[in-house]
Amino acid sequence: MIKTDILIIGAGPTGLFTVFEAGLLKLKCHLIDALPQPGGQCSEIYPKKPIYDIPAYPEILAGDLTDKLLEQSKQFEPGFTLGERAETIDKQDDGTFIVTTNKGTKHHAPVVAIASGLGSFEPRKPLIHNIADYEDKGVEYMIKEPEFYRNKKVVIAGGGDSALDWSIFLSDVASEVTLIHRRNEFRGHLDSVEKVQALKTARKINLITPAEVIGINGHSKVEFIVVKQLKPEEREFRINCDHFVPLFGLSPKLGPIANWGLEIEKNAIKVNNALDYQTNIPGIFAIGDGNTYPGKLKLILCGFHEATLMCQAAYQIINPGKRYVLKYTTVSGVDGFDGTRKEAPKAVVKAIQ
Amino acid sequence: METDINIKIIDRDGVTHKVEAPTNMAMNLMEVVRSYELAPEGTIGVCGGMAMCASCQCYVLSDTQLPEMQDDEEAMLSEAFYVKDNSRLGCQIQMTPAMEGLEVELAPES
Repeated sequence: MIKTDILIIGAGPTGLFTVFEAGLLKLKCHLIDALPQPGGQCSEIYPKKPIYDIPAYPEILAGDLTDKLLEQSKQFEPGFTLGERAETIDKQDDGTFIVTTNKGTKHHAPVVAIASGLGSFEPRKPLIHNIADYEDKGVEYMIKEPEFYRNKKVVIAGGGDSALDWSIFLSDVASEVTLIHRRNEFRGHLDSVEKVQALKTARKINLITPAEVIGINGHSKVEFIVVKQLKPEEREFRINCDHFVPLFGLSPKLGPIANWGLEIEKNAIKVNNALDYQTNIPGIFAIGDGNTYPGKLKLILCGFHEATLMCQAAYQIINPGKRYVLKYTTVSGVDGFDGTRKEAPKAVVKAIQ
Repeated sequence: METDINIKIIDRDGVTHKVEAPTNMAMNLMEVVRSYELAPEGTIGVCGGMAMCASCQCYVLSDTQLPEMQDDEEAMLSEAFYVKDNSRLGCQIQMTPAMEGLEVELAPES
């Protein structure tokens, strides 16, 4: 059981900044995220795109913003449960919560802050009628452990970076790699595209374009897929394989949080914006893009503000009746849980002769 | 207002909406759909309008002269589902006076 003060669901910018604000109040944080890395949309969808409305940054890449936020909160030693989705929440008799992920990891905290943005990222599944029957029986929507594919015949479908990069990687691991895409052009980093080109020429990747997978077959597991090639002439054929890995990107879904008894409006969680961003369940807060209230704006900078106010309310729940006044970091410095201290240099007091 | 244009949007339930869209607010079709709440929040414009998610895919029904498709839109549509010959991404269609009379149908959510 992982124990913490504030359990944050979602490791995007709002969740990461919460760690810093909570740390100033001597509260520890742990974050759960369905993605394998922190940063949320900023690192998953647009790491190389600039953002222009982060205060004091005329321009910052989304990936760099994530790095800066991690650096800013590092001394408060946040814990992470990554690659797992928060599934259930159970309120205990003492008012605390236990949140369990889809992999069974349990987290115990007196305060839960949902900073889940548009939701957890779920793979987009191609429209093949029986694909669900083969999930985990040869069909995987993301590659978690490349060794799993050692000496197997693998078919990858998709036209973006992940399809290219995994085809390259698996060409050294799998016995056979086939990459199928609906058009001849791929959207990815130039060197990835060039590498696939080289591997195709060396016959280490079997590239089929423009084509798409239209069928899956096999008795208890994937044995072959049916491909429809569009050019030079339209034809259908089979490819024998052990694994079919469609990589068509991810789309955010509110997911299991929808069943937590929270008031939901427009796919977002209703909160009290006059006070502390608490939901209809005391002790559960929602901050950032995933909440809603009159006048809500889905902006990173608004998430930062909401996180800051939420931490004050969390302090009151965790330390009932304990006195506290707002301190300025410039005056008080920042004392990390790792023993580090940041502080403003002392003024020099010296006579001028 | 004289800067507004009239467009027709069929939502995912098949209901037709005749709406006015401003041409001087740098809005695109996806944003017009959101401003009139013709699709639930979180089901359209997920990436914010970067042609990176296809949640604003629509089928163009009128013969309006549309802006030419750029590489990123074409690449995204090639990975999207329910794509037809008249598919476009709403976020890549800017509301300009030339879009007067545009008619589109929102593609299913995927």
